[in-house]
Amino acid sequence: MISFLLILLTSLFFMGVIVRTKSIASGRKGPGLFQPMKDIFRLWKKGSVYSKTTSFIFQLAPTAYFASVLMAILMVPHGNNPGIISFDCDFVMFAYILALGKFLMIVAALDTGSSFEGMGASREALFSMLVEPAFFILMGSFTLFTGHTSFHSIFSMLHYGSYVSYMLGVLATFVLVLIAMIENSRMPVDDPKTHLELTMIHEVMVLDYSGFDLGIIMYTTNLKFAMYGAIISNLFISALPLEFSIPLFFAIQIGFAITAGIIESFMARFRMGHNPQFIFILTSVSLLIFFGALMVLEKFM
Amino acid sequence: MNYISIYNNQTIALNDIPVLGYKDFRNINLELLSDQPERHCVSYFGYKDNDKIKLFCCIADDATHQIYVSSSMVDMNTIRPSFSAQNHNFEKFEREIHENFGIPYSDHPWLKPYRYSHNRYDENKTIENYPFYKGQCEELHEVGVGPIHAGIIEPGHFRFICNGEQIMHLEIQFGYQHRGIEQLFLQKKKLLERTTLAESIAGDTTVGHTTAFVNLWESLCGYVPDPSLDYARTLALELERIAVHTGDLAAICGDIAYQLGNAVLGRLRTPMINFFQEWGGSRLAKGLIRAGKINYPFNQEHADRLNEILKAYEPDFGEITEKLFRLPSALSRMEKTGVVSYNEVLEIGTVGMAARMSGLKRDIRTSHPYNLYGKTIVHQPVLKHHGDVYSRAQIRKEEIKQSIGYLKKLIANVPEFNKPEDVSLTPASGKFVLSLIEGWRGEICHCAITDDSGNLVAYKIKDPSHHNWMALAQAVRNNDISDFPICNKSFNFSYSGHDL
Repeated sequence: MISFLLILLTSLFFMGVIVRTKSIASGRKGPGLFQPMKDIFRLWKKGSVYSKTTSFIFQLAPTAYFASVLMAILMVPHGNNPGIISFDCDFVMFAYILALGKFLMIVAALDTGSSFEGMGASREALFSMLVEPAFFILMGSFTLFTGHTSFHSIFSMLHYGSYVSYMLGVLATFVLVLIAMIENSRMPVDDPKTHLELTMIHEVMVLDYSGFDLGIIMYTTNLKFAMYGAIISNLFISALPLEFSIPLFFAIQIGFAITAGIIESFMARFRMGHNPQFIFILTSVSLLIFFGALMVLEKFM
Repeated sequence: MNYISIYNNQTIALNDIPVLGYKDFRNINLELLSDQPERHCVSYFGYKDNDKIKLFCCIADDATHQIYVSSSMVDMNTIRPSFSAQNHNFEKFEREIHENFGIPYSDHPWLKPYRYSHNRYDENKTIENYPFYKGQCEELHEVGVGPIHAGIIEPGHFRFICNGEQIMHLEIQFGYQHRGIEQLFLQKKKLLERTTLAESIAGDTTVGHTTAFVNLWESLCGYVPDPSLDYARTLALELERIAVHTGDLAAICGDIAYQLGNAVLGRLRTPMINFFQEWGGSRLAKGLIRAGKINYPFNQEHADRLNEILKAYEPDFGEITEKLFRLPSALSRMEKTGVVSYNEVLEIGTVGMAARMSGLKRDIRTSHPYNLYGKTIVHQPVLKHHGDVYSRAQIRKEEIKQSIGYLKKLIANVPEFNKPEDVSLTPASGKFVLSLIEGWRGEICHCAITDDSGNLVAYKIKDPSHHNWMALAQAVRNNDISDFPICNKSFNFSYSGHDL
């Protein structure tokens, strides 16, 4: 319960921190921390326009997407406080409930019959697919490392004993940060600021949405960011008492948002064709974590 | 002689231009261009003379600084062989002639509508039924972009034939911006009206097109401008070059999502266009260039102010371009993206940056000097050889540095302003005049012909975008479709300059 509330709270200002970081990095003052959220509220007050070529799938998808992310958030623990839903191997459900939401968005994009959206859908599907092995190898390694299989028990049993296991924490953070960037279609894989349909991934898929639906989609992105931030914070919180773990949670979330902002400020995005290669890096780093876990457990002779 | 040789901005009697039979006309002009990379066609156009069409072909020779002009009288019904079948330099020109007058060609390879002029020959050809090239293949798909530009700049339609993410073919269709400027030049009789028209040919090349017009007009009226006028025009041309190039570099950074470069270069562009406002009251330099006079003379105060601006501009520009051209992620987007080879640009007949990026040395400032070029400013064109986005960005960077040098040289010695006497400029009768300018985008060509009573009978404008757009279509082949925007931005051609 506690993690659910914390994530909801973080989702209100997470995007604001990214935007603010980018503004400051480019020498501007930038809008207030809650401006992105205010924009979403503005959208929620509006009605939606639907193209005549679309079917009910198009109207269903944003809400289903939102629901899938909410459901995934329910499974995220906070240190040794379990998420609202928690059972053995819940991270598998976590991954596929997110995938279900994404699947509906992809189908909805195809539903519009626009060549742009088809292009975006194919890119999004490819990149999400490539991210999947990285996530599972990462979670698998932690399962191996701790001997437990649910988010809650994995994270509450996570103790860093040796230097190698500190290394594992750092690498896992790296992988999760980048998974979050890819899943949320941010730099360096996608550029959320571009106005050029041909280079977009996620943005082009949601080109036909307006008003309330668009607001939902944008808010879901914030939620997803906060959710991945919460998972990253879990790598460090473990069994800390609440009065320390909550400030640490926010510190990590803000640190994550600032990192995202800095990545987006000081580099150019990748060429579309280089993205798959880049995403494969995550899989290889996850494999490193896996072998690290084997080493710590002295499974190597 | 089969043709007459003239210099840039030289007025000649219309009757001095040899009128040839179409066959000779075609052979001679093709002969002039064969295996001569230093020559290219700057303008090939026609106008209606009674019930016949009089065609003029102007070939510029960069080595001799001359322009070879020849003409031919043709009727509208005989089917004729085209120039384009032999030399693709003429492809766009002949499409334009075909569209305006309906001259039928037997072997033109790509005889499609050009810009849908209001006074076109065949009114049945409309923008809705443009005959696009189709890929007859299950595996390929088409992506149509536009006519509304993603950045809402100007309208144009781009039709891609793609194999997945890879572009196989791009066809570009224009005509949405046609305003009938060439016709308006004939209808509007006042000099001020015509100057204002010239200012609005392409909004980003106000100085370039207006200077081309006033140079032409002064020559046509036999008026020799005061050196201070030449000075102001040269200065404005170089300022415009710096301002637009800086903005383009910022936009290239924006397209590759390099936020720092976009922010810094965007900020650097502002003082440059603001200086135009301080000088002439308009950030786009409208109202600055006028035939036979200048309403805003450039004085020592302006020079000091400009010096100050340049001093602030240079270190920042140096630093950010240093960073940009060293940043691995930016280089990986720019290098080997949108390559056009030397042979391709030669075949297309590109001008300006779109030629210099691939090692084709075309720069009117050197080859056909005008105003203070060739006198105070001895220009050496910046050449690059890869023909990719990187080369185009590099050319911009180096040209900005070069132009800053020219500006410094010019403002070190501000000429005394003598208010020119109010002369009424009356065009001479029965004349032909051609004016070439190197705008920031490339060669601008204006041509005017007057009848026996000194009225304009033809005014022909050629923006560099006229043939250069084809270079974009070639550049994106076999590239990722997601790289199209950066290719397009790195060329930054004009839609309105094409559509007129």
